Amino acid sequence: MSRLEILKTYKIYIGGQFPRTESGRYYPLKDKNGKLLANVCLSSRKDFRNAVVAARGAFGGWSGRAAFNRSQILYRIAEMLESRKAQFIAELQQQGSTAKAAEEEVNQSIDRLVYYAGWCDKYIQLYSTVNPVASSHFNFSVPEPTGVVAIIAPEDSALLGLVSVVAPCISGGNTCVVLASESKPLCSVSFAEVLNSSDVTGGVVNILTGTSKELHSHFSSHMDVNAIVYCRDNKDEIKKIQQNASLNVKRAFIYHKNWNSAEVENPYMILDLQEIKTTWHPIENIGAAKSSY
Amino acid sequence: MNKYIELIDFSKTPTVDQVGVEERVARLNSRSIKKESKVYALKMALNMIDLTTLEGKDTEGKLKQLCYKAAHLHDAYPGLPSVAAVCVYPTMVKTAKEALKGTNIKVASVSTAFPAGQAPREVKILDTKYAVENGADEIDMVISRGEFLKGNYNFVFDEICAIKEVCGNARLKVIFETGELSTLDNVRRASDIAMYAGADFIKTSTGKISPAATPTVTVVMLEAIRDFYYATGKMVGMKPAGGISTAKAAIQNLVMVRETLGEAWLTNEWFRFGASSLANDLLMQIMKEATGVYQSKDYFSID
Repeated sequence: MSRLEILKTYKIYIGGQFPRTESGRYYPLKDKNGKLLANVCLSSRKDFRNAVVAARGAFGGWSGRAAFNRSQILYRIAEMLESRKAQFIAELQQQGSTAKAAEEEVNQSIDRLVYYAGWCDKYIQLYSTVNPVASSHFNFSVPEPTGVVAIIAPEDSALLGLVSVVAPCISGGNTCVVLASESKPLCSVSFAEVLNSSDVTGGVVNILTGTSKELHSHFSSHMDVNAIVYCRDNKDEIKKIQQNASLNVKRAFIYHKNWNSAEVENPYMILDLQEIKTTWHPIENIGAAKSSY
Repeated sequence: MNKYIELIDFSKTPTVDQVGVEERVARLNSRSIKKESKVYALKMALNMIDLTTLEGKDTEGKLKQLCYKAAHLHDAYPGLPSVAAVCVYPTMVKTAKEALKGTNIKVASVSTAFPAGQAPREVKILDTKYAVENGADEIDMVISRGEFLKGNYNFVFDEICAIKEVCGNARLKVIFETGELSTLDNVRRASDIAMYAGADFIKTSTGKISPAATPTVTVVMLEAIRDFYYATGKMVGMKPAGGISTAKAAIQNLVMVRETLGEAWLTNEWFRFGASSLANDLLMQIMKEATGVYQSKDYFSID
């Protein structure tokens, strides 16, 4: 007797849980031969709202962790991804990649996670300054995480693009809500499973599937979101996002990058989602003949 | 209407069908209240809040700030109602009374050795007297749960009568601390005892113990109020307190009241929420409906 294959239900990822979309809506995902791959959740604005609540709740704990510990956790994500490589390669192929390109993309994704894991406890030293001032103050500036970041991930680079925007965001202590690629959403849901088994606290990364057309205005207008990252090229959406971002002066970044290139591996991606805090600390006698601190 | 109410045998109060109550709660909670009705419900809930601060670390300064918040919930949105009352410890009543002068916001004071209620009756009476003399409009007393669980119902009944006598014109709310009563049958019995002993309001919890105002407990108490009304013609108020922090939960409560008791109870004279963080969530939802944009805590005053 032939065996009936068990198909996976692709659900969304909010606050460390895998709920179905509250709207109950789905869209069919087909491969290039027209065969149904999965029914994918068509997330609604309420799913986004719930995800922002989860991300805000997780922010204090995540940003308060020791930088070195965040580094360990990012490295752990890479380890988990490595161990499930075959699954991701298969999913990329289902969504139209060649075997070679799929393997290359998964390898690069793992390496990129390791790259940003390394930066967790180093970017602060790089971007901090001691500033010369003309009064009796020790004046210094340090970067701090922006807060909750809404991310509309790249459309074409299903896994690598997703990793490339999420990794710098969380390595800098932010939490995020990510909208996965609409045409290639499978890897993002599997990536959520990887996150869920890698010591990343629930709510630090929340992953939704659905359309940017429906969600971009909610992603950009929500008052409890501190920054938005947009990685697609719809001009109307870009304009709307920039207008909406002014509501609570959230930072808006529109990325047009080649996610396969090593150029996107740089600590400035972390700096984009940081705020600089400057402290004036009173001291005695600065500017006198001898050093005073 | 008879002035004197015939007492019932409290050991024979009706038992509660737990599965049935849960079923009913689930059905009522599935109601969807949208658009204009939602805004109406949100404002109504706002007007029913007893804005509460009951902490050892309360100071006069903090209380004055809370009282200001009670009267000015969110000035960016004109025409909002104020909350119903501010709920404090007896020592803070005077400050609250002064801070709320010129508004129609009431001052409620907890008493009777809140929250545990572990004090002799004389102390509880003095505690209540102190609050009333300082100008409390409402008294929130706790029952002796230990005596109740021992089966000493007469003790509890007498205790409530004694406090009611001291209250004078102040309205008396009786807190059961349902989280300590173990069963819904006990909740029903405590409700009956309190209402027959003269409570103006029955209240679920102190807010210090979890679980507090669960929907099942609330429905059981509402049904007790309904039965008491049918038996005596006397209206008694309801105050769920503790654990209601979202606008959604507040609206679900309003639905339960409407469906169990009717519209007559949908005013702050007969229904209150004991809560501190609920107000901001209601305000955020009201602003969401007004602006179309999801709100952030950052833009609302901390109370």
